[in-house]
Amino acid sequence: MSKGLPETRTDAAMSELVPEPRPKPAVPMKPIGINPNLLGYIGIDTIIEQMRKKTMKTGFDFNIMVVGQSGLGKSTLVNTLFKSQVSRKASSWNREEKIPKTVEIKAIGHVIEEGGVKMKLTVIDTPGFGDQINNENCWEPIEKYINEQYEKFLKEEVNIARKKRIPDTRVHCCLYFISPTGHSLRPLDLEFMKHLSKVVNIIPVIAKADTMTLEEKSEFKQRVRKELEVNGIEFYPQKEFDEDLEDKTENDKIRESMPFAVVGSDKEYQVNGKRVLGRKTPWGIIEVENLNHCEFALLRDFVIRTHLQDLKEVTHNIHYETYRAKRLNDNGGLPPGEGLLGTVLPPVPATPCPTAE
Amino acid sequence: TAIGAMDKEYVGFAALPNQLHRKSVKKGFDFTLMVAGESGLGKSTLINSLFLTNLYEDRQIPEASARLTQTLTIERRGVEIEEGGIKVKLTVVDTPGFGDSVDCSDCWLPVVRFIEEQFEQYLRDESGLNRKNIQDSRVHCCLYFISPFGRGLRPLDVAFLRAVHEKVNIIPVIGKADALMPKETQALKQKIREQLKEEEINIYQFPECDSDEDEDFKRQDAEMKESIPFAVVGSCEVVRDGGPRPVRGRHYSWGTVEVENPHHCDFLNLRRMLVQTHLQDLKEVTHDLLYEGYRARCLQSLARPGARDRASRSKLSRQSATEIPLPMLPLADTEKLIREKDEELRRMQEMLEKMQAQMQLSQAQGEQSDAL
Repeated sequence: MSKGLPETRTDAAMSELVPEPRPKPAVPMKPIGINPNLLGYIGIDTIIEQMRKKTMKTGFDFNIMVVGQSGLGKSTLVNTLFKSQVSRKASSWNREEKIPKTVEIKAIGHVIEEGGVKMKLTVIDTPGFGDQINNENCWEPIEKYINEQYEKFLKEEVNIARKKRIPDTRVHCCLYFISPTGHSLRPLDLEFMKHLSKVVNIIPVIAKADTMTLEEKSEFKQRVRKELEVNGIEFYPQKEFDEDLEDKTENDKIRESMPFAVVGSDKEYQVNGKRVLGRKTPWGIIEVENLNHCEFALLRDFVIRTHLQDLKEVTHNIHYETYRAKRLNDNGGLPPGEGLLGTVLPPVPATPCPTAE
Repeated sequence: TAIGAMDKEYVGFAALPNQLHRKSVKKGFDFTLMVAGESGLGKSTLINSLFLTNLYEDRQIPEASARLTQTLTIERRGVEIEEGGIKVKLTVVDTPGFGDSVDCSDCWLPVVRFIEEQFEQYLRDESGLNRKNIQDSRVHCCLYFISPFGRGLRPLDVAFLRAVHEKVNIIPVIGKADALMPKETQALKQKIREQLKEEEINIYQFPECDSDEDEDFKRQDAEMKESIPFAVVGSCEVVRDGGPRPVRGRHYSWGTVEVENPHHCDFLNLRRMLVQTHLQDLKEVTHDLLYEGYRARCLQSLARPGARDRASRSKLSRQSATEIPLPMLPLADTEKLIREKDEELRRMQEMLEKMQAQMQLSQAQGEQSDAL
């Protein structure tokens, strides 16, 4: 987990700058031990600063998808998360916003900047999901879109003349919005997560959580976690990808408090002399960033401040690799598309790969 | 006021309402209320709050995986409530499973069927010979719950309301209304009202108040009508607010919602209009308008078995109850009804003749014995 501390896991950090796999060195390197009795200062530790500078120059991209019934506050939440109008709200009451008959996929990109770091953020909206009378297979367009992005990346990767930086349109994170019924998951929620949890990182959130008391929230969360477990659905951060004990402890704590019960808002109110984002009702003001009121701050810290890079890595190293292996297997060990002549690829191991169905 | 001691100028039938009142108190009062809407909108909590009971103690909420293959069921729960010497036998009809499945096509059909079956039963009883103790199991009112999380009526809401609006009095409510800020509530209500008009859905019209009521009452009445659909919050928990008396509400970290506070939600309005003023009117409209419409359609299609469908949607109004265009009913049902009635009549006829013959015989025997 990259926490800004100098670490020796250079692979993780390097993939940001050089997403394509590096060719193996021709001569194996001799193992180098750390000599504590160095007589001087070498300056290797400045590599972190060098990488940081490079990142700031190139910037990085992040693709987040939001899925859930209309009216659950998806756009508002994403705007609140990134403190910008990155998602166009369809909730203005005056507009004739008709529910689309089939699920549409709408990807909108924005460049946002903070502390000298540029991020190209793409928000992928899925209007029409779960809104019809018959919602059978309404997750299929979404699954198709996700796989299409993997396919795009794969095609770029197997080219002879590859781009220096393959544009990454793969979905790094899918926020799934659960309706705060207080009872349990709805059958549609189960079906969606069953189909998509093996294809993309799913982070379930409980939307519009200001209708639940503390007790109701914790009971509901427990029930949801149990239902997901019973049905074999693993949400991000998945247990099987915890790399070491440190990861496991940190992620266990997060898993125990998920799904986060969130409230989003784009309006500010004066509370105790400060301006806060919130919702004003006759019985009180709900502060979005107050941990006593809702878990928005936990979600934001989790997705943006601690696990942003990991979301991308799991997408690249695991979900994308699964897709790639399946595609190569289907093609008899050969990569798809052109650019095959003269390419020497290592044989794909015949391990059974988890399918997306 | 004792009638005997009244002035000779009065006839005395002004006491009639008292007599009716006494009779109905003795007879008791029954009312069937249906609650419908997708699960998790606070329907059961609201019923418990409205009638200060705990009807749903034994309820088991199934998990999502169990609901994958669940079909809609109709559940009836009865409770006897007594207040001020008046006994009310309340039946609450639930529709668990509504709107739950991934594919909800036609999931409202069992509900429509249920409502019609109650009409059929009443028609049968009414046309039967023993009409002393007809049980009225007709649905007098349907509280339809709309989600506060959507942007108005969803396709499923529209489909359900269109299927039942001519068969039952509909009162639309917005459940879990503490999810909304005041402006959002207003906007949502407006949107729903527009949609109801657009889709030509007839909801229960609260009658105009008498012209001789005072201005205050009229204003209050108008305000209440403006707040439809009612945005409600239910709770059976008492939260001590630090005030003089305990209030029912929901306690959050940022404040407490009071169920009976008119600035917080429309619970009081709903209770006043549904229970305190219009319970009787709902029954009357069910009987005079909705049931009569069903009966007329039923019998008309018998008289003219080839009658074709008229307009696909009929507009019901209080004055034009007799001008309803008549859609065709399934002939099998009504023919069966007629055959059953004929059968009954014939049996009764035979019995009557037998009794007459018997009487004549005993009379003749009596005369004989007299003569002897």
